[in-house]
Amino acid sequence: MNTVWVLLIVISVLFSFLNGRLDAFTKSIFEGAKSAVEVSLFLLGIVSLWLGITKVIEDSGLIHHLSKFFQSFVRRLFRNIPPDHPAITSITLNFLANVFGLGNAATPLGIKAMQDLKTLHPGGETITFEMMVFIVVNTASIQLIPFTVIGILADYGSKDPAAIVLPTLLATFLSALFALGILFAIRRLLK
Amino acid sequence: MKTVGLISQLIIPLFILFAILYGCAKKVRVYDCFVSGAKSGVGVVFRVFPYLLAIFVAVKAFQTSGAFEFAQVWLRGPLEFFHVPIDVVTIGLIKPLSGSASLGVFTNVVKTNGPDSLASLISAVIMGSAETTFYVLAVYLGAVGIKRTRYLVPVCVFADLVGIIIAITIVKFFFPFG
Repeated sequence: MNTVWVLLIVISVLFSFLNGRLDAFTKSIFEGAKSAVEVSLFLLGIVSLWLGITKVIEDSGLIHHLSKFFQSFVRRLFRNIPPDHPAITSITLNFLANVFGLGNAATPLGIKAMQDLKTLHPGGETITFEMMVFIVVNTASIQLIPFTVIGILADYGSKDPAAIVLPTLLATFLSALFALGILFAIRRLLK
Repeated sequence: MKTVGLISQLIIPLFILFAILYGCAKKVRVYDCFVSGAKSGVGVVFRVFPYLLAIFVAVKAFQTSGAFEFAQVWLRGPLEFFHVPIDVVTIGLIKPLSGSASLGVFTNVVKTNGPDSLASLISAVIMGSAETTFYVLAVYLGAVGIKRTRYLVPVCVFADLVGIIIAITIVKFFFPFG
């Protein structure tokens, strides 16, 4: 992340200077700070909401039933997580929220999943392989129906806005598979 | 289409109802339990905030700097060679950085090219199959205080790039344009 951040800032200042937009640069960093606050406030609401509901599921024991139900699928991807670990459930719930396009639920559940994964290696500041797999699947945006995109296409009078569903699904699936492929290949190389 | 839309609408209300009723059946103090869980959310968001701030400031600065326009001009030649509309690159570059900005750009592409054009279709598939990578990285890594990310970031960036190529190829295969 360090490299990405430095690159973004350096390129931005350089191009702002070349394009004579240095005043816009200064304005934009304050705007960026503002939207970070707005998004955080939004996150504060939904993350707390979902962590509250997750706690109810945990205390009632429902979470164990859920994790048993989904174990077989998630365990294929995450071989190093012990079978009864809560991470299996939070990862599964996050994947399901993604599949159904429930972005507002996916992020809080994803944060919960990261915390659960962290309990397997407490105190470490280095990312674990399981965390990488989890994040890569999340950045692949696995979603059954991209409602927003279809909505916009329909708004502008597309003949068949739903025609992109299958290509999108295929593209998502292939790129997720590809990303996981590189991840597993690198791990094998480094061993 | 309709069924999936309905399931998406139903899933959260049903899930919450079931979770709460199940809790009551197991004699859990549901209300107190919810509040104590929600309390931990506050800490999480505070921990994530500085990471979000860093990424949002950098992305916003990058957008206004004009580096995008430069990349577009520079890429125009090679893209025309492969018969790929230039708008596709804009979406591909902006989607990993910002969700709201990419939605704006996408709407604009559909408006100027028409919803059934090659540019719109490729952009639509990229919109649906790519994620706001750097936002996801900032939030998820920030939430657990990961500092050393090993080879994750390069893999994500490379996968995004390949994802765009996959999207272009698939659209060209599904929708043969003249």
